[in-house]
Amino acid sequence: MLSKKQARAFFLGGTLVTFLIFIGLTIYSFSVENDQSNHENITEAVVRGKRIWESNNCMGCHTILGEGAYYAPELTKVVDRMNMKYDGQGEEVIKSILMSPAPWQPNGRKMGPYEMTEQEAADMIEFFKWIGEIDLNGFERIVSPLAKKENNN
Amino acid sequence: MKYKSQKVAYWFFALSMLLLVLQLVYGFVMGFARIGFDNLHEVIAFNTARAVHTNLLVVWLLSGFMGAAYYIIPEEAQRELVSVKLAYVQLISLAVVGVVAIVGYHFNYWEGRKFLEIPRPLDFLVVVNVLLFLGLILVTLFKGKRRTTTALVLSMGLLFAALLYLPGMLPFDSQVMDSFFRWWVVHLWVEGVWELIMGGILSFLLIKLTGVDREVIEKWLYVIVGLTFLSGVLGTGHHYYYIGVNKIWLIVGGIFSALEPLAFLAMALFAVNMYRKGEKKHPNKLALFWTLGAAIVSFVGAGLLGFAHTLPQTNLYTHGTLVTAMHGHLAFWGAYGMIVLAIISYSLPNMTGRKLYLSTRGRAAFWLSNIGMIGMTIAFGVAGVIQVYLERKLGMEFMEVQKETNVHFVVLIICASVFTIGIIMYIIDFYKHGKPSDEALEVNMN
Repeated sequence: MLSKKQARAFFLGGTLVTFLIFIGLTIYSFSVENDQSNHENITEAVVRGKRIWESNNCMGCHTILGEGAYYAPELTKVVDRMNMKYDGQGEEVIKSILMSPAPWQPNGRKMGPYEMTEQEAADMIEFFKWIGEIDLNGFERIVSPLAKKENNN
Repeated sequence: MKYKSQKVAYWFFALSMLLLVLQLVYGFVMGFARIGFDNLHEVIAFNTARAVHTNLLVVWLLSGFMGAAYYIIPEEAQRELVSVKLAYVQLISLAVVGVVAIVGYHFNYWEGRKFLEIPRPLDFLVVVNVLLFLGLILVTLFKGKRRTTTALVLSMGLLFAALLYLPGMLPFDSQVMDSFFRWWVVHLWVEGVWELIMGGILSFLLIKLTGVDREVIEKWLYVIVGLTFLSGVLGTGHHYYYIGVNKIWLIVGGIFSALEPLAFLAMALFAVNMYRKGEKKHPNKLALFWTLGAAIVSFVGAGLLGFAHTLPQTNLYTHGTLVTAMHGHLAFWGAYGMIVLAIISYSLPNMTGRKLYLSTRGRAAFWLSNIGMIGMTIAFGVAGVIQVYLERKLGMEFMEVQKETNVHFVVLIICASVFTIGIIMYIIDFYKHGKPSDEALEVNMN
């Protein structure tokens, strides 16, 4: 029968081993040869876009990379999606939404007026484009409009 | 209650209850917004309500854990808390940081990172607050007459929870890395070190309520927390499947997160078996309800419902949908909400001397809140499955799908109302116990 000492050894040993493997896998994931996040394409505009994304808590309604609040559309492939919907004018449409001084209410759900400058809206586009190019292990096919079309055919 | 300083726990529990009520208010704001009644949008936009709702959850649970530690540690260490005054300073500063953060969210003062919206300057105040709390707990333990496994596991959980807050404060230019390390905080809290805290509290309650030998209970506590870390640390990988990191996480995360329910199953079996084995019939049946309830509901919510969408093949479709909200609600409620309510139900009569063990209101609170939460989970689940099918399989537009799920949010609001009635009854019971008193030392049951 298991003694308390053995149980403690199981706890401490198991924790230590799994934590070391976890650290090892983290280092492995972010090594240059295993990176699939497009890290080299992160420009200053992308970083500025990310800051704007965070300072407005966009994730509090939308999702990106599948993370967020499920109240407003997933934005991982938003540029592709809007390009399809608006005949290649997706970037302009997104910009106009972000720069609008008036609130937006698509299908009854309200989005406040963010009144971004041209530069800020352009930075957001760059951020979305960078996100859209990340290799998401197949998830991009699930949220991508092109893939949806292919699935349905 | 054996030590006067344990009374400080009462005020942490009271803060916890206050924040829980506020959390529910913001939950309703979101629920109504989803069915088209977003009338408060100008004051409380959805993203504000969402940030407040989730952050209040974290803070009310932390306040409950802290109260639990202030109650349990003196009793386990067999000495008074080293400084009651500093414990009150810590309580007030916790409340101040919480209030500033929540008010700030209404004025765009946040970071916009799911669960970790608190801005960096306030993060540092959180760190100072937690260091003060840990100092008080650890010094009390160190100076105590004995160091029990229960106290050590609880303290380790609290210490690691504080340490794991730090990766969430690291700034990254990459959304992928940001997300990766955010899960170090969020996942390793809720599916790792918080389970140590839960295990510590559960162990303390089972020792008190069942009378089973401490050595037996604490031995199994080690096995359970061992299983938790063995599966939970590498199980973090289930958050890494589809955020832009290496495919190796599909295998590692898939295998280890599939093992995560084992820890919760062990916890449920452990609690039920200790109850059956116990010869002591403690009169505080309500505390027993909440204790066994926490172990069982956490297995269903965190274990089974987590497993339901943890495999990569399933998660490919459920990632980023309401299916996550289904699992999240019952998991947090069972594993952490109920254990906080269990330790409150156990300690309140001991701190106040008013032994309202068998109140009908107390039982109704237990059943209504649980029935309400199970109903909410089902509503989220049905909406989630519909979303997955229509949006991810049939390729319908997000907003078209949302319209199809409206009715399930009406059901959600009805169930949330039942849940809220249960919580209100619990809080009335809390209030009826009155304030803690030194006289309670003399009528201590233990």
